[in-house]
Amino acid sequence: MQKSLHIDPGKCTGCLQCEMACSYEHTGAINPSKSRIKVFDFEHEGRKVPYTCTQCADAWCMNACPVDAIVIDLITGAKVVKESTCVGCKVCTIACPFGTINYMADVGKVQKCDLCDGDPKCVTACPTAAITYVDADWTGLDRMRSWAAKANTAAVAA
Amino acid sequence: MKHIILGNGPAGVVAAETLRRVAPADDILLVGNEDEPPYSRMAIPYLLEGNIDEAGTYLRKTAGHFASLRIEQRRGRVVAVNTEKQTILFEDGHFESYDRLLIATGSHPVRPPIPGIDLPEAQTCWTLEDARAIAARAQPGSRVLQLGAGFIGCIIMEALVKRGVHLTVVEMGDRMVPRMMTPEAGGMIKRWVEKQGVNVVTKAGVDRIEKGQNRPLTVTLTTGDQLECDLLIVAAGVAPNVAFLEGTAVHVAKGILVDATMQTSVPGIYAAGDVAEAPDLFSGRHLVSAIQPNAVDQARIAALNMAGQPTEMKGVLAINVLDSMGMISSSFGEWQGVEGGDGVERADEANGRYISLQFQGEVLVGATSVGLTEHVGALRGLIQGKTKLGAWKPKLLETPTRFVEAYIACQRPNS
Amino acid sequence: MGWNKKVLRVNLTAGTCTPEPLNMEWANDYLGSRGLASKYLVSEIDPKVDPLAPENKMIMSTGPLTGTMASTGGRYTVVTKGALTNAIACSNSGGFFGAELKYAGWDMIIFEGKSPKPVYLALENDKAELRDAAHLWGKSCWETEETIKRLHQDPLTRVCSIGGAGENGVLYAGIINDLHRAAGRSGVGTVMGSKNLKAVAIRGTKGVSGIRDFPAFLAATTAAKKVLADNAVTGQGLPTYGTQVLMNVINEMGALPTRNHRDVQFEDAGKISAEAMHEKRPTDGKAHLVTNAACFGCTIACGRISKMDETHFSVKNSPKYWGASGGLEYEAAWALGAANGVGDLEALQYVNMLCNEHGMDPISFGTTVGAAMELFELGILSKEQIGLEAPFGSAEALCKLAEMTAAGEGFGKDLALGSARMCAKYGRPDLSMSVKSQEFPAYDGRSIQGIGLGYATSNRGACHLRGYTVASEVLGIPVKTDPLATEGKPELLKAFQDATGVFDSAGICVFTSFAWTLADVQPQIQAACEGDWSMEKLNLVGERIWNMERQFNLAAGLTGKDDDLPPRLKTEPCKTGPGKGVVSGVEQMMPIYYQVRGWTPEGVPETATLERLGL
Repeated sequence: MQKSLHIDPGKCTGCLQCEMACSYEHTGAINPSKSRIKVFDFEHEGRKVPYTCTQCADAWCMNACPVDAIVIDLITGAKVVKESTCVGCKVCTIACPFGTINYMADVGKVQKCDLCDGDPKCVTACPTAAITYVDADWTGLDRMRSWAAKANTAAVAA
Repeated sequence: MKHIILGNGPAGVVAAETLRRVAPADDILLVGNEDEPPYSRMAIPYLLEGNIDEAGTYLRKTAGHFASLRIEQRRGRVVAVNTEKQTILFEDGHFESYDRLLIATGSHPVRPPIPGIDLPEAQTCWTLEDARAIAARAQPGSRVLQLGAGFIGCIIMEALVKRGVHLTVVEMGDRMVPRMMTPEAGGMIKRWVEKQGVNVVTKAGVDRIEKGQNRPLTVTLTTGDQLECDLLIVAAGVAPNVAFLEGTAVHVAKGILVDATMQTSVPGIYAAGDVAEAPDLFSGRHLVSAIQPNAVDQARIAALNMAGQPTEMKGVLAINVLDSMGMISSSFGEWQGVEGGDGVERADEANGRYISLQFQGEVLVGATSVGLTEHVGALRGLIQGKTKLGAWKPKLLETPTRFVEAYIACQRPNS
Repeated sequence: MGWNKKVLRVNLTAGTCTPEPLNMEWANDYLGSRGLASKYLVSEIDPKVDPLAPENKMIMSTGPLTGTMASTGGRYTVVTKGALTNAIACSNSGGFFGAELKYAGWDMIIFEGKSPKPVYLALENDKAELRDAAHLWGKSCWETEETIKRLHQDPLTRVCSIGGAGENGVLYAGIINDLHRAAGRSGVGTVMGSKNLKAVAIRGTKGVSGIRDFPAFLAATTAAKKVLADNAVTGQGLPTYGTQVLMNVINEMGALPTRNHRDVQFEDAGKISAEAMHEKRPTDGKAHLVTNAACFGCTIACGRISKMDETHFSVKNSPKYWGASGGLEYEAAWALGAANGVGDLEALQYVNMLCNEHGMDPISFGTTVGAAMELFELGILSKEQIGLEAPFGSAEALCKLAEMTAAGEGFGKDLALGSARMCAKYGRPDLSMSVKSQEFPAYDGRSIQGIGLGYATSNRGACHLRGYTVASEVLGIPVKTDPLATEGKPELLKAFQDATGVFDSAGICVFTSFAWTLADVQPQIQAACEGDWSMEKLNLVGERIWNMERQFNLAAGLTGKDDDLPPRLKTEPCKTGPGKGVVSGVEQMMPIYYQVRGWTPEGVPETATLERLGL
């Protein structure tokens, strides 16, 4: 069974351990500004929302890539950027309506959540289980996808 | 069922792959008119820069990719389509019949009617062959004049400068990328590239091109100034490849007019990508949006309909992203604003940052940004979703860079 | 190396920002944050300097664990000579500001001199710039933070600032970061205001890459987080109830100072407790508490986010206070509530928000109001002098006085002096519940003897966070001691004080010490930092910091006589509770404490002690 990230903002305390873990895993430094998961703080509602790629089925980023640099990891189902192939054209960054694939000027490539090869470090780091990695069926992934289709897709089934 | 796809750029390739996925038994013929495997023009600047080789521009990297999908590839140039008999005539005299036809022939660079524009040193920048020609002439120390500071003009500047040339850019408009960037953003990009050592002449065109004394070309600008150069790059815009449709029942304006299913005025014939003119998301007016993600979206819709799966496009959204010598900019939708709408513009030129948001009522309809790379796609999400911003609109008018928060708050994607 | 090895020196007089290397020899002796910044301060200023003179300096410093995944590793310290105390001041704060400073590539910022006009420091990675703050002067901390984020067009900019309190010279003005986290005590915000420095805005994207041994660091921090998660206080009590978990506990043991320490139990404690914050209000059916929240890197998350009752008299016409905002911690709830006999939770939250908004220490403000209320009840202060009736228990008076103090109006100017100066002004210095002019926190020094000694000896004036013996005396961490006993308390206090110096200097939160001992912190420091960071060395570092601070205070003119409690605690016994009839044994404990510290009977460190500590 393929798994996916399940995010429960109600449990998030905003500690940013996920951002630290993600950035360390991918860059070797603790640097939340390089994290692929970001916690947004809605101060006046008392609400914190961890936010990252949903690995959506439509994969705008992957479809938009002109050089086939974004591929599906067959084990995790993650849409993964092949850094050696990415030319840094940034087309994917404006194609993704979620804004979860970003250009990193210092390396000249784009980056996005890759589910850490099936062991997402944000999940391990989260002290409150606000981010979990669970069987895809449990996550309301379909709900997310249908939301995505409704709200953002260029295409809707007529 | 036999599908012919004319054009093997991103739209053609994605359409072919989509067809294969949804119509496993159909015949698919993918026709291109260059001597190359399907490749991406978006990657040409990186080729010129030497970051990648030609294989790095290929749309699909796996050997035997198309064969394994039973997508037949052919080289050919179409000269005519008979929409009644459902046949296509190729340049070599050969006919091919189809059940469904997708026209994804893209566009070609325009050569403005300037005396001398056909001299061999006046070069467009569109194909791999063009890239090879430019690479041969753009040597360290050579003088290059680039006509046009549009999308293509901007993204190749860095490669040219990195090749060590002295670059002059001539643009008719009053700023860089006038058709994609607000005056402020276009002005910022102009000043930025000038700081990087590029000579930019705006509100000027090329009057004539002649053989030169010390260098191959002498170019006279409409300002009267004369410049000698080794290479003139013509980047003055592109036009859809529609000539072969003349006299057919396929309605053509600037591009091929299509409906929301990407079907043309002739049933069974579809168009997608740079060649297609599809209804705009907001106004419903027909619009050519010549950029890869749009081409791919349209191709997918066209293919689904060709395979008998009725699918509609909600409307084209113009989106653009540019890297002008390291200054990254993007624009979305009605970035110039709409009548009766309102907006906000914030510039921080010292730090190379700029953002403009344009609203109609409580909906974001357009945006322009400079120096913004984080979560920029959420601008598309907000615009395309026609998201009702409610209380977030005044917040965005105050601090437009909070658009990601607005997106998450209004869409609640994972709650 | 957990350090960036880089210091930013900001000369406000000259308007210059100059980078310089961190003194690594000092880092090796004082670790970081509190210890290291104090070392810089004592080395650079005349101890006798007027705290509000340009010659005083103010240092904002991170520790080697700041900005890392060490739990609670987001703290920064503000070190200066305190405006309230005339002693060394060291206030630390959580939130996200400290980590951002680290991520911008710096360990500390030293502010010196005085700007000729209001400025703020804009720091983006290496780029440091003093910018005009004329348009920010007069704005609250909340408005300042919002305005700067809007000006910079960067919602991720982290800001610390002073509000009206710091601008108007309220002697217990704090520095507020991230809207409701505060370097609150001793008047560090007053010093900032005296320098015409309105705010510091930071954006850091460089991260921390210099951890000495990353795999070991990950293992150590992960293990230590598990200790926090498995502990009943840090794993359950604090996340669920916040520090307010203590309100009913401390009240029951008769250690909740009430009505300016006249009483030790508050009849309305339940109404202002953590439990009350969870209860649904009859007016709108909503609980006062919205959620808990964490500071940077904190896996405890004791922070409270509250929403007020919109119909409450204090805010019914002020929608800006209706949104979710930083809620009551135990100290604020006590100082604004029990200390004044006010049992109106909503009023306390309103004043708590005013303290955050305008940058005031709620402990000193609340207890100063308590003293004023006692002066009022004794007839020493009249309604005319105060401008309103101010008996104990009046929520209306509390709210109004907070507004007046923040605005620098009327009697608010007297309250702005703090209780020691205010009570002296009206002829009753004995009614100020303070040490070294800094007001007591929320534990009674009679029914918890160790903490009383802690207040008396704290280098920054009365404070629970310099040596939180309450952990042992009330909660049994790490061992249970009898709160009413004086025996063994000097030794216990010294151990807590020295260990706390290390916690504070590492860049972590002292609340971890509900679960962590120094042995849990040591492997994290050792993995992050170059050099030897054994338990022996850390103990020595803690003790060295304490003695360095002490020496500064002695040189500033304080003496052993200032290590004392107000007469009330020594002569008026607890009226109720388990400590009924008991007074503070501070006078018996003090000589032993000095001895344990290796100090003379006058409270001066012996030469041998200084030599042992390398001072």
